[in-house]
Amino acid sequence: MRMLRILAGLAVIALIAAGIAVWIIRGPGPLAFAGGPMVALADFRGANPTGVPASLAKASAVERGEYLAAAADCMVCHTKPGEKEYAGGLGFKLPFGTLYSTNITPDKETGIGNYSDQDFLNAVQHGRRRDGAMLYPAMPYTSYTYLTDEDTLAIKAYLFSLPPVRASAPENTLGFPFNQRWAMWFWSTVFSPNTRYMPDTSKSPEWNRGAYLVEALAHCGECHTPRNIAFALDNRKKFAGAITAGWRAFNISSDKATGLGGWSDDDLISYLSIGHAKDRGTASGPMGEAVDHSLSKLAPEDIKAIVVFLRSVPAVASPDLPATTAPAAPASHREGPTADARGKIVFQQACVSCHGWSGASLVSSMATLTGSWAVNDPGATNVAQIVISGTKRHVPEDALSMPAFGASYSDEEIAAVANYVTARFGSKGSKLTARDIAELRKQTAQ
Amino acid sequence: MTIDISRRAVLTGGLATGFLLAFHMPLRAGNEPVQPPDVTEGKFAPNAFIRIDPAGNTILIMPQVEMGQGIYTSIAMILAEELDADFSRVSLLAAPANEKLYANPDFGVQATGGSTSVRAFWKPLRTAGASARAMLVQAAAEQWQVEPASCTASNGEVMHQGSGRKLSYGALALAASSQTPPKDVAVKDPKDFVLIGKSLKRLDTPEKVNGKAVYGIDAMLPGMKFATLAQCPVFGGKVGRVDDSAAKKIPGVRQIVVLDDTVAVVGDHMWAAKKGLEALKIDWNEGPNAKIGSAEIWADLRAAIEKDGVVAKSEGDIAKGLATGDKFEASFELPFLAHATMEPLSATVHVKPDSCEIWTGTQIMARVQSEAAKAAGLPVEKVVVNNHLLGGGFGRKLEPDMVVAAVRIAKQVDGPVKVVWTREEDIQHDIYRPVYRDTIAASLSGGKVVGWKYKIAGAAILARWLPPAFQKGIDIDAVDSAVDAPYDIPNFHVEYVRAEPPAVPTGFWRGVGPNNNVFATECFMDELARKAGKDPVEFRRSMLATKPRFLSVLNLAAEKANWGQKLPPRVGQGVCLQPSFASCIATVVEAEVDEHGEIKLRRAVSVVDTGIAVNPDTIMAQIEGGLIFGFTAALYGEITIDKGRVRQSNFNDYRMLRIDQAPKIEVHVVKSGEAPGGIGEAGVTASAPALRNAIYSATGVALRRLPIDRSLLAVGRKA
Amino acid sequence: MATTLTINGEAKSFDAPADMPLLWVLRDVLGMTGTKFGCGIAQCGACTVHIDGQPVRSCVLPVGSLSGRSVTTIEGIGATPAGAKVQKAWLDLEVIQCGYCQSGQVMSAAALLAATPNPDDSDIDAAMSGNICRCGTYVRIRAAIKQAASGRQS
Ligand code: FES
Ligand code: FES
Repeated sequence: MRMLRILAGLAVIALIAAGIAVWIIRGPGPLAFAGGPMVALADFRGANPTGVPASLAKASAVERGEYLAAAADCMVCHTKPGEKEYAGGLGFKLPFGTLYSTNITPDKETGIGNYSDQDFLNAVQHGRRRDGAMLYPAMPYTSYTYLTDEDTLAIKAYLFSLPPVRASAPENTLGFPFNQRWAMWFWSTVFSPNTRYMPDTSKSPEWNRGAYLVEALAHCGECHTPRNIAFALDNRKKFAGAITAGWRAFNISSDKATGLGGWSDDDLISYLSIGHAKDRGTASGPMGEAVDHSLSKLAPEDIKAIVVFLRSVPAVASPDLPATTAPAAPASHREGPTADARGKIVFQQACVSCHGWSGASLVSSMATLTGSWAVNDPGATNVAQIVISGTKRHVPEDALSMPAFGASYSDEEIAAVANYVTARFGSKGSKLTARDIAELRKQTAQ
Repeated sequence: MTIDISRRAVLTGGLATGFLLAFHMPLRAGNEPVQPPDVTEGKFAPNAFIRIDPAGNTILIMPQVEMGQGIYTSIAMILAEELDADFSRVSLLAAPANEKLYANPDFGVQATGGSTSVRAFWKPLRTAGASARAMLVQAAAEQWQVEPASCTASNGEVMHQGSGRKLSYGALALAASSQTPPKDVAVKDPKDFVLIGKSLKRLDTPEKVNGKAVYGIDAMLPGMKFATLAQCPVFGGKVGRVDDSAAKKIPGVRQIVVLDDTVAVVGDHMWAAKKGLEALKIDWNEGPNAKIGSAEIWADLRAAIEKDGVVAKSEGDIAKGLATGDKFEASFELPFLAHATMEPLSATVHVKPDSCEIWTGTQIMARVQSEAAKAAGLPVEKVVVNNHLLGGGFGRKLEPDMVVAAVRIAKQVDGPVKVVWTREEDIQHDIYRPVYRDTIAASLSGGKVVGWKYKIAGAAILARWLPPAFQKGIDIDAVDSAVDAPYDIPNFHVEYVRAEPPAVPTGFWRGVGPNNNVFATECFMDELARKAGKDPVEFRRSMLATKPRFLSVLNLAAEKANWGQKLPPRVGQGVCLQPSFASCIATVVEAEVDEHGEIKLRRAVSVVDTGIAVNPDTIMAQIEGGLIFGFTAALYGEITIDKGRVRQSNFNDYRMLRIDQAPKIEVHVVKSGEAPGGIGEAGVTASAPALRNAIYSATGVALRRLPIDRSLLAVGRKA
Repeated sequence: MATTLTINGEAKSFDAPADMPLLWVLRDVLGMTGTKFGCGIAQCGACTVHIDGQPVRSCVLPVGSLSGRSVTTIEGIGATPAGAKVQKAWLDLEVIQCGYCQSGQVMSAAALLAATPNPDDSDIDAAMSGNICRCGTYVRIRAAIKQAASGRQS
């Protein structure tokens, strides 16, 4: 009896401890930093922050859905390169296995053709599949949950206007316990806010529009906010940067040195709308895709709203990044760091034609290395990754893409060239090894 | 056309096997006056190769194409030597498509390849030159009323010995035209050569240094359009649905041509065509090959070689030989390779209702003409092919596909259209060097090889490309340099298993069959030398007692390379001795392998006995370039297949050796009075085995597969 | 878009989209076929031209970005002292095989010599490794650059 009581007591203590732990881990919500009073959308007196820009106000649901689907960047994750758009099959390599995106074309058997409106809302806003199973949060429903029903259904209308494609995604290859979908229910209960967007009445309509775009649609935090041990976003370090799918998403908080605090509005607007800002570098990898397929399609006023919102995110420093980016490297190969001989060989063979010895491209400012975070990151993640995977850019019209070198250069050579590039063009050379490159190769989505 | 295929010739082995003895087609062009391809009126046109006008301008017609190998200059030298022409006055003209006049005597078709040009044309060109010279001398003698024997010719003039009178070839041109060509004409004694054997300046290079040289891809015609194409990414697949709405909106796009297996965009320039093609949405019907991948292809080949092959050569008693002494076995594998000629595939075509004109750079003039005629639905004589310089051939342009594709597109286009393949299309729709697997069983006794059983499995390219040459299940190219390995081995047996890879088209690639056979043979020789506890050069020497030419190139190469010198750790020398293309070549490569397995090429030395060296500098250049070509393949070359498609696409993933990796190269050309051998491909064949053996010596790792897997060479790894 | 460029010292006018790489303007619009297409992705160097004296891969260079700049191609490089030296050394040492890469090689070498009159091996590696030669003429390219620099006869 006594024994039982002790045990029960221990259980209660454990539960409380777990509750506190969960509460601590869960941390604040993505908009908690703003601190102002939040009201239901219907009670907000400013201009409606949801929906589409004014120019599309009268458009059909399909057209509005097209805009919103672009803003939510559905296509990139739901399309395997070289295959049909929205037909799924893109693999996300996670530490515990590979997840494949699903077919969201209106094909009845392999796609979402049989989804009712409610089914679609359940999936997008709540992460619940038509058969009731929980989705893995690789589908950013913790962000999409902020979407209005109207916007969500406009996206559905758009998807249903596309030709159905028959294509079944490969089976996920998650190991135990991650293959237990029911466990996601707990996760979701704790980590999904499961609420529609609530405007902050202390902020301007433009800020609220920006917040809706950034949090509900563009789901920037999914890459740019670090994750906690439960793999959920840690908004205590909102937008402080993180590594996702093998690429580093840099700090986009308002930190002056290592975030966006030092960027001008024009820099930000240019970067968001064409994926490039002079002397700041060029979006590549997942951010390049986000610009090409999503941000570049947004109306100028929406880009402005995003800028306004981003500027309000509290500064969090990235301690591993230098306070300032390095100036241009010497014009001659003879000057500057010479330590990594193999890295220099790779650079002079495959890289210098576009990037130049000084880092200032003679071909296109998009290929200029000077000033970019990628080469100033002593971890060299993105330098190594872009060498491995290349980057295909579609915006602007004369965008320069970079071919992938991962198939023909060894891990050793890629590590060497990344170390050479960060030493020559950045403020502190990286120390990658062949093993790091092998690791990075494993993380890229495909 | 008579083709005399002598299998016996192959079986007897020796130096001159392979293509050279496989065919013998009497060449009309050498000694018969012919309907010439150009305007011959008012010119002395004694045969298909020589025209001299009254002003003394001498036009030499090139039966072989210039793709970098320097053959124009060598052919001109051979003709001019026997003609005693004034070399400073010769100009060159590419032969038109005409199989009767210009067939390669080794193939019986008008083709440039197999390192045969000098070998095959050596006699006919000399005869053509000597015969024309005799007619000029005869004409002069008649004019002077003296005995022809009292006249000599040199430098474009005939001189009467007694009187010192002289007449230039120009002055004699018309009179010589009415002479009958002599029946049997004597050619020069090599000791009297004035041009052959000298490193004369190449005739094709001055225009290549200033952008004036015109390659096939440079053809420009008034009103022409530009096109680029996409073929189904899966081999053998077809075009399904094409949505061209976005493509049509691209400025400069004029027309979308949809064929059953190819889609092309025609525009005002390549940029429009390229952007248009990218904007097309094409659904392909991928067909049955969409499941094929490299793994299945290798599994097939590994199964195929377990079957009995066709015996290509057998000497002694192989069963007994292998039962003597210690027996060792090994297998070697070589990958698919793309050619990646620097000039991407292209052809300009103008199809009219009753004619078709083509501007391109091909290794097979007549075949291109006949295939184009078929594609255009016209009689052969309505098709004119204008050949240009080739920006590299390497065997890729022994195939007519680039022209056929262009004709099919041009049929739908009004006016001339230049069809240029992107590099990606060029690499993904090549006709690839086949995959090969070889197994060798050998026995060692008394420090020598006493039994050698060599089995080759791979595609029979000749069976497709030149069916008459494929006899009794033997592809003489696939066994080239295997059946005539230079070593004295008492029990010697070679078998061939024809194994065609599924889906992937295969063709000749610079170095052809010997690439495979020299690699396996020479790699295994090094392994056997180690088993025998002997130095690799010494081991080879001991089996060359009856092969003085091989022994002397090997000795000289060892000497020049300072073989056996003390080397730093993880630096090694490797040797390769090869009989390929009727040239005896020994090569020593010195390489360093760092702790991560990365390779630095330090030095390569080749000693070449190719018989009479027509232009020694050209020979050196070919060996230098061939070695680099072979190193590139050894280090990086591999085409892999996934879901029926090629995974590589451009130089970022189909990698090329670059100048900062090129080793020092020395080539020594040995003086020889033997008939000339082939050279254009010989360097390619030498570099992979010599490099592999250098790595073996540096690291102890016996690689048996190309390309070299550098990860196996890192310190602490075992192969 | 109507554009005027100074090419080899001559003003040339043509109509081309701004994003069109200079390579295709030269070859297909102006008929200057000495500049070659090899890869289209700045990996082979066959398309090298000089923009204000600097070697640039024309296959990735949008023509719209060039207004006011001066272009030199293989057809005009012989008029520069470095270009003439390189061409002569190339012929003296019989560097060329098929020649298709050599327009680009000559342009890269001429730019190297103009900037570095006495290049050593590391300068040659730095300037020439972006130019692929499939025929494998590298050994002679290196020798010819050294000869062009020293003016020594072979
Ligand atoms: S074509 Fe421009 S670098 Fe290859
Ligand atoms: S000479 Fe042929 S590619 Fe360089």
